[in-house]
Formats: sequence, C-alpha cells, structure tokens
Amino acid sequence: MAVAETMLGLLEERPRHGYDLKQAYDRLFGERRPLRFGQIYATLARLDRDGLVRMEALEQEEGPERKRYGITAEGVADLDVYLREALDPKPGLHDELFTKVVLAITSGRDAGSLLQRQRSAHRSRMRELTASKRGADLLGVITADRDLFHLEADIRWIDLTEQRLDRLRKELTHA
Amino acid sequence: MPDALLEGRELVKRFGKDEALRGISIEVARGEVVAVLGPSGSGKSTLLHCLAGIFRPDDGQVLVDGRRIDDKSEAARSTLRRERFGLVFQFGQLVPELTALENVSLPLRLTGSGREKAEAAAHDWLGRMELQDVSRSYPGELAGGQAQRVAVARALIGEPDVIFADEPTGSLDSMNGERVMDLLTSAARERGAAVLMVTHDARVAAYAGREVVLADGRLATPVVAS
Repeated sequence: MAVAETMLGLLEERPRHGYDLKQAYDRLFGERRPLRFGQIYATLARLDRDGLVRMEALEQEEGPERKRYGITAEGVADLDVYLREALDPKPGLHDELFTKVVLAITSGRDAGSLLQRQRSAHRSRMRELTASKRGADLLGVITADRDLFHLEADIRWIDLTEQRLDRLRKELTHA
Repeated sequence: MPDALLEGRELVKRFGKDEALRGISIEVARGEVVAVLGPSGSGKSTLLHCLAGIFRPDDGQVLVDGRRIDDKSEAARSTLRRERFGLVFQFGQLVPELTALENVSLPLRLTGSGREKAEAAAHDWLGRMELQDVSRSYPGELAGGQAQRVAVARALIGEPDVIFADEPTGSLDSMNGERVMDLLTSAARERGAAVLMVTHDARVAAYAGREVVLADGRLATPVVAS
C-alpha cells in the first residue's frame, strides 16, 4: 500500500491537516487498513523533507496548533507518474491497485487508461509465467500456477471495474 | 510478416444490418500462437469462422500460404479445412452417430487412411487425452469435458497446418485445460503449425506468443504497460 502517494492524492484535492487527512483516507481506503495518526505525521514529515508537500498554514482554533499541508508542483509530478504507470504485476498488489483507481477517479485522471495499462502488464507477466512452466520441475510449475491464478483474479477485477467506471466516478465524485 | 501462413485482409462481415467485422487485417505465421481477445459481441468468433473458410467475408480477403481461399467454392474450402485445418470449438461438435474413437479417426479416414491405421492413431490420441476408457462411447454418453477433449484429439490427429480454436478449454477443469493447451502449443512449437484461438480466459491467452484485441468489429489499439 503506497501511503505516501495516497496522501499526495488526497492533498491534491485540497490542502488538509493531519486529522482531515486521516478522515479522508479512512473513508476511501480505511476499511481494509486504517491509518494511524503516527503514520500520517511521519509520512507528512518525509514528504515535506522531499519537497513534495509544504506547510501552508498553522491553524489554532481550539486545542493544539494544526499544520495544514498542501501539495507542491513536484508532488503533483510524482503523483502523475504514480497514477500513470502500471504496477509491477505480482500477487498481492490488489490493495494498491484499488487505491490507484480510486485516486485516479477522485483526482480527475483517466482511470480507464490506468486499468488498460495494468491489464496489459498483467497479461505480459502471465505469458512469461506460462512460458516458464515449460520444462520446469513440478515445484516451479505450481509456483507459477499460484502467481497465474492471482493475476487472473486481478484481471477479472480490472475487467469488471472498467465496466463500472462511470458509476464509480459518479459515486466517488458526489460522495 | 514474410512467412505468414494465414492472413486476413480488411475483412468485413455483415449479418443483416449488423456489421460484425469492420475491416480487420491479421496475420499468423508458421509456429505462431495468437490469441484473439475482446468482449462478447466484438467479432472474435466471426473472425475465426471467416479465416477458417466457414463464413465467406462480405469484403476483404483470406489467404493461406499467400493464396486466396475466400473466393473458392464451398466444396474447395471444405477440402482445405479437411486437409490443412484443425477446428476446435467450445461445444465439441462431434458426430453423434460415431463413437469417440471413430470421431477422432474421422479426419484420417476422410483423407484416405485405412481404418486400421486411422484407429490406431486415434487410440494413441485418446490415450494422450486420458480417454482410453471412453473410446467406444458415443458423444451423448460423454461428459462435457470428455467431449471437448475428443474434439481436440480429432482436430490434432491429422497434424493440420492451421489450428482454429474457439474457447478451446471452455468446458474443461484446470488440469485438462492445461493438457489441451500444451498440445495445441506444442503443435505450433514442434511442427510449425499456426494456431489462432479465441478466448476470454486470461490464463489460456497467456499460452499465446501474441494477442490481438477486438472491440466492436475492429482491432483495438494495443496498450503498452507504461
């Protein structure tokens, strides 16, 4: 799960402070993996150090001071690259793929192209794995099969999500 | 592609007002396995039927070894299919009055082999498919997966130059699906056959060296991963 890139995506929508970031994150992605405050502040500090976000205001209404962060041009460029590139196809990436699709939609980017690129990367990897089974010992075969079944499941999800993109876009942008 | 064994040029096929193929060009070389992908209704099966000479395209050409076949008579195309093509369809399409053994030996009988020789070869193919026990059964007595494997054996027994497969593992479990795909791809690898298969199954498509994707009767633009 790419927490830093996810936070960049949420900050691109509008500047936020830590508490606001956690709320936005948990609403979209927290069902499977809620984010701890410590993780948020540590990630913000790292993004700030790398010039991808910057503190825009120090707010104090009631209680402690709150730093509000916004994304920088470098941060937007990083996010662009992240949401354009297909993930390295390997089992267990579905959480991150889900995150990328949601972020692409909420940030107004082309989630359809992202899904197509990912499907292409998956298929290419599946061809490599299938070819690797030829002449492999049984352990090699079942290892490749394990990966093939995972990637196949991802492709089914990609196909179905692609068909639901319009509805998903409406749901997420009006939420 | 200089050594294209099978070629379709600007193929158009209409069914009434529906245009199922809208100018598709495709080449398959010797020894190549090509998967045709695309959503339902995109024209995959129609393309395969046109290239196999079963449908005559309304426009465009089909060539085998550089020679047109789409302008040949039905009888001539039928002979070509018998002698040089192997066809595997999702629902076996076996001859119901013949046993599994007779179905598999049929292509050899039709091209002049004697009964004994043809049935010996059919026995061998049924063995490769682990179907020895049902060699005397009729198609109506076979389970779906068994009938499918009989159809694959029948398609491969004549060592065809071009193999057309429409959802070749559609009725099979994973193990038998793998066995069928290994046989189809080894025909390409070992004998230089050209294999064109229509599938919606990503694991089956992964056996192909190349994929073409159809959308709405046309070839979709290839997508690169990054």
